[in-house]
Amino acid sequence: MASKLTQSNGAGWAFALPGFGLIAIFIVLPFFFAFALSLTNQRLISPNPTEFVGFENYRDLMGLAVITLEPERDADGNAIRDEDGEIAYPRVRTITRSDDFPEYRGMREWFRWQSGENARVVIAADVVFMKALRNTLLFVLVVAPVQATIALGLALLINQKIRGINIFRTIYFMPVVVSIVVVSLLWRFIYDGSDGLLNNILAGLTFGLFEPRDWLGETSTALGAIMAMSVWQGVGFHMVIWLSGLQTISPTLYEAAEIEGANKRQIFRYVTWPGLRNTAVLVLIVITMQAFALFAQVDVMTQGGPLDSTQSLVFQTVDRGYRKQDISGGSVISVVLFLIVLCISLLQRWLTRDR
Amino acid sequence: MRHATLAGLLLAGTALGTAAAAQTEVSLWYHGAGNRGEAETLDRIVTDFNAAQGDWTIVVESFPQASYNDSVVAAALAGNLPCVIDVDGPVMPNWAWSGYMQPLPIDEARIADFLPGTKGYWDGQLYSIGLWDAAVALVTRESTLETLGLRRPTLDAPWTGEEFMAALEAAQASGEYDYALDLGMAWTGEWYPYAFSPLLQSFGGDIVDRSSYQTAEGALNSDAAIEFGEWWQSLFADGLAPGTSQDPADRDSGFNEGRYAFAWNGNWAATATLAAVEDAVFLPAPDFGNGNIIGAASWQFGVSATCAHPEGAAAFIEFALNDEYLAAFSDTTGLIPATPSAAALTENYREGGALEVFFELSNQQALVRPVSPGYVVAAKVFEKALSDIANGADVADALDAAVDEIDSDIERNGGYGH
Repeated sequence: MASKLTQSNGAGWAFALPGFGLIAIFIVLPFFFAFALSLTNQRLISPNPTEFVGFENYRDLMGLAVITLEPERDADGNAIRDEDGEIAYPRVRTITRSDDFPEYRGMREWFRWQSGENARVVIAADVVFMKALRNTLLFVLVVAPVQATIALGLALLINQKIRGINIFRTIYFMPVVVSIVVVSLLWRFIYDGSDGLLNNILAGLTFGLFEPRDWLGETSTALGAIMAMSVWQGVGFHMVIWLSGLQTISPTLYEAAEIEGANKRQIFRYVTWPGLRNTAVLVLIVITMQAFALFAQVDVMTQGGPLDSTQSLVFQTVDRGYRKQDISGGSVISVVLFLIVLCISLLQRWLTRDR
Repeated sequence: MRHATLAGLLLAGTALGTAAAAQTEVSLWYHGAGNRGEAETLDRIVTDFNAAQGDWTIVVESFPQASYNDSVVAAALAGNLPCVIDVDGPVMPNWAWSGYMQPLPIDEARIADFLPGTKGYWDGQLYSIGLWDAAVALVTRESTLETLGLRRPTLDAPWTGEEFMAALEAAQASGEYDYALDLGMAWTGEWYPYAFSPLLQSFGGDIVDRSSYQTAEGALNSDAAIEFGEWWQSLFADGLAPGTSQDPADRDSGFNEGRYAFAWNGNWAATATLAAVEDAVFLPAPDFGNGNIIGAASWQFGVSATCAHPEGAAAFIEFALNDEYLAAFSDTTGLIPATPSAAALTENYREGGALEVFFELSNQQALVRPVSPGYVVAAKVFEKALSDIANGADVADALDAAVDEIDSDIERNGGYGH
């Protein structure tokens, strides 16, 4: 096998060369650049020479520590409580900005939990990155299965021989063709807090009972709103991939199943689904990778806010590398993102391997 | 056939014309693409200049403002900078420090009577000069002041912080408005540091410590800054002002349609407001204890470091500084002309003009944003801190985080050459 691929196959390699060459120049090479830059203090523009700083950028990005806050106590040693009965703690800044704890300098509270009377606080060197990481993972976890399932449902619906089915195919595919920036702008109007379309529809359906919400302006709904919009935008693309998979399944299998007396559910379970195996692997991996690249929606709709509830890794990469002129900071995040996506893709390949 | 011959003749004619004039081309980049009035005025200056002398031909290329800075940075990295560049005042030190710009060879006497905010100095040298400045004012209606029974503030006796808050609360209590104050939270980007850092300064804080420019500690997280932050947060928590998710369309038309009682807005929007609102008045910034301050410095012209003919570039910039052109720009854009003599020629800033007040606002209240190459990063950090605080973040923690980010950026840049 190997010999056939590598030897006396000059024409084949020549045909592959443009593709390989472009990938090498625009994807492989920049990745190695990014890795090299992540070990330096490279700026976008600066008269200062670039210096090698080792893994300092990685430490600044991923430094984590847990500190314990003891309650403030009165003279009898009882914890002081405020009017709501909550225990009063000293502020985290009394530790992170104190000269007694130089190791915590520049760190900030990420989240905390209660343990007995004490509060355990997780402080991070880069809280924004941590939140971006969490949001991105959450985004992938929700969007990948939901988008894949809805896309499969749509593909099954439009995989029928009915008059005018192409109209439906076109409608479902339309959002994919429209630029994501335009789609994001339109959805900003839909989600508008005062007189947006979504608020109006919900108010109409509930006869005015629904209180209008500022979908993109509240921390509890902003990420969910972006997820819903992203699923809607991307679902048509994956629908087409599923459809192509559906159409490779031989009609004779369906005929045989019907003759055997299988019902619709059984046909899907034992004919359609096994026939879609390779398509499923492809769809899942593609959606996962696309979801990790979440950027334009955030850039146009929320800029990462409110309160970092919609930060994403790629948005932070661009924000640091370009807008804050810190190429090394952006490179570190892209290297981390690459490693995460690589691990997940390998895991997916392993889980869906041919047994 | 006839068309082809004609085209050939025309081509030959053009070629001859160019050869005969022997002018050297000097390129110019401008941020105002898509803005017709501005483009026409610039074209007029360029045409006049090209006709007035025989050495240089200015060639203009315009960019949309939103992507202009990115284009310049990208061009600088690629070594393709034009000769004359148009630069936003507070960004200039960054470009000068990075080596994209060279000092502007213009006689200081020529610009002696220019507004302070129009002169861009870095490291003791003049790098850029603006044909105009911008100013921010508290916009409201004469009728609003009367109905709410408010004293009319003046430059000498501005509203105090308490008076200002009382005015907002009175407007809110009247029930006539969606919000008492429109701060323009929809305008993300440079608007935040430009419009809001003067308020912080009026409280006694600042974006960075201007004595050394080496840290933000003690400036952006000082007690005064925390007091500013608490006040800032209360504006949104008490429903006095629309927050970060404000629709840009509401920003543009909300005050003119009477949905906001007061608007904190730049004079570039003033002509539209005057057209829509008959009794619009422009009030100076309130004084929160440390003076009433507004931001200074708008877009300015400078010469790129790689320019082969800086004398040509300087000749053009000097030519453009004529009062006639300052006035022309002001008339089309509504911005403040850089000199008193030009102001007298304009429709809005001459004595008795509708926007006359802005000239003195700019002359007396204006303070430039921190003059440091690190400002471009600090501005973004400041913007995020203000958004977070508006959205309910803990004030001291948000300001501390901003300080840490600014300080680490300054450190990583070796102090930015101060």
